[in-house]
Amino acid sequence: MAEMDTSSGGGHKKGPGVKKPKKLSTRVDLTPMVDLGFLLITFFVFTTTMSKPTAMNMNEPKDDPDQQLKVKNSGAMTILLGKDNQVYYYMGELTADGASEQFKSSSLKEIRQVILDKKKATPMGDLMYIIKADTQSKFGNAIDILDEMQINTIPPGHYAEVDINEVEQMLIQKTEEANGIK
Amino acid sequence: MGRAKIPRKSTNIDMTAMCDVAFLLLSFFILATKQKPPEAVTVAAPTSVSSKAAPEKSILITLTKEGKVFLMLGEDTKKKEIIEDINTTRALGLTPGELSKLNKMSFIGMPLGKLKALVNLAEALPPDRLEGIPIRDSANNELVYWLRSVTNAYAGTDQTKLQEILLVKGDAEALYPDFKSIKAAFKKNELFKFKIVTNSESAPVGSELYNVNKLGTKATEVK
Repeated sequence: MAEMDTSSGGGHKKGPGVKKPKKLSTRVDLTPMVDLGFLLITFFVFTTTMSKPTAMNMNEPKDDPDQQLKVKNSGAMTILLGKDNQVYYYMGELTADGASEQFKSSSLKEIRQVILDKKKATPMGDLMYIIKADTQSKFGNAIDILDEMQINTIPPGHYAEVDINEVEQMLIQKTEEANGIK
Repeated sequence: MGRAKIPRKSTNIDMTAMCDVAFLLLSFFILATKQKPPEAVTVAAPTSVSSKAAPEKSILITLTKEGKVFLMLGEDTKKKEIIEDINTTRALGLTPGELSKLNKMSFIGMPLGKLKALVNLAEALPPDRLEGIPIRDSANNELVYWLRSVTNAYAGTDQTKLQEILLVKGDAEALYPDFKSIKAAFKKNELFKFKIVTNSESAPVGSELYNVNKLGTKATEVK
């Protein structure tokens, strides 16, 4: 296929009595070189990565009962994670009667606006997001919510991951049944 | 009758240009990419807007979506100490020969009781036969023992350095209770700071973080 013609052109005049050396054609075929080049490219494409994996910092609080933070109801928002990427939330504390109204469903996309609205409406000293994930939620969901904290520039002392309690677990189940376990 | 003669043209194509392009692409890939670190198992990490790069040498705990946990112990000198420490504290009974074989393995993926058998196998187990380090039973969370050996090996050195290299990489589809067990293992060893490996994602347009980045203003630094 590929050829490089390195033979010098003809056209020299024959001098009288000069012996004309026999010129051999030196055509070089470049196909193997191209093959090698593409093999090397393929090797590098498969064994390297362009994006550097990034790391998210996690701070675990010490489980010290003496240092339990007192959170004002007015500034608290609890975000709950259910199975199948479901997100629920409520403000403040759940009361026995008002639970069904306070408990709201949301999705990963809509929660961002809710978080932002809460942040704007609350003085920073009272602001606290409590994140609870139930036993069927995914690790990816928890990371997404922590990511939402970063996206909305919530400072690190104002959100925490906490264990879910039974009342909330039951509320999640009821909501899932009502919605046909989406 | 004579057959119609199709005039033939020469089909010699000059490949020099193709060769040039091939080497240009090759140079691009060599210069712009980095080698992927060898992984125990491929895991699809969730994305996050964190912009800090993950450290290269690290103690990496990998959580697959089935809930299997694999541990890669990083740097060689400390790795040897960690393995020797867990051998003595958990009385695994590994001989020095078996210890060095375990040291050569790139990751730990079996319960402590089965390590002796694993090391003496003639050929490596395929990844789906590996059971991972058991963490689901809170009474027998073996990751606690491994992390204890890690803290023992790093005791006396700067603890912030250890925090910088503790990494958890979980599959986005892994269940939250498994991650909770990993967190519990860290807590039991008084390791309160660690990092989670995520794939990078740019800040969504119009969000607070996007505005902060755009304006370059130093808002409260979100670590």
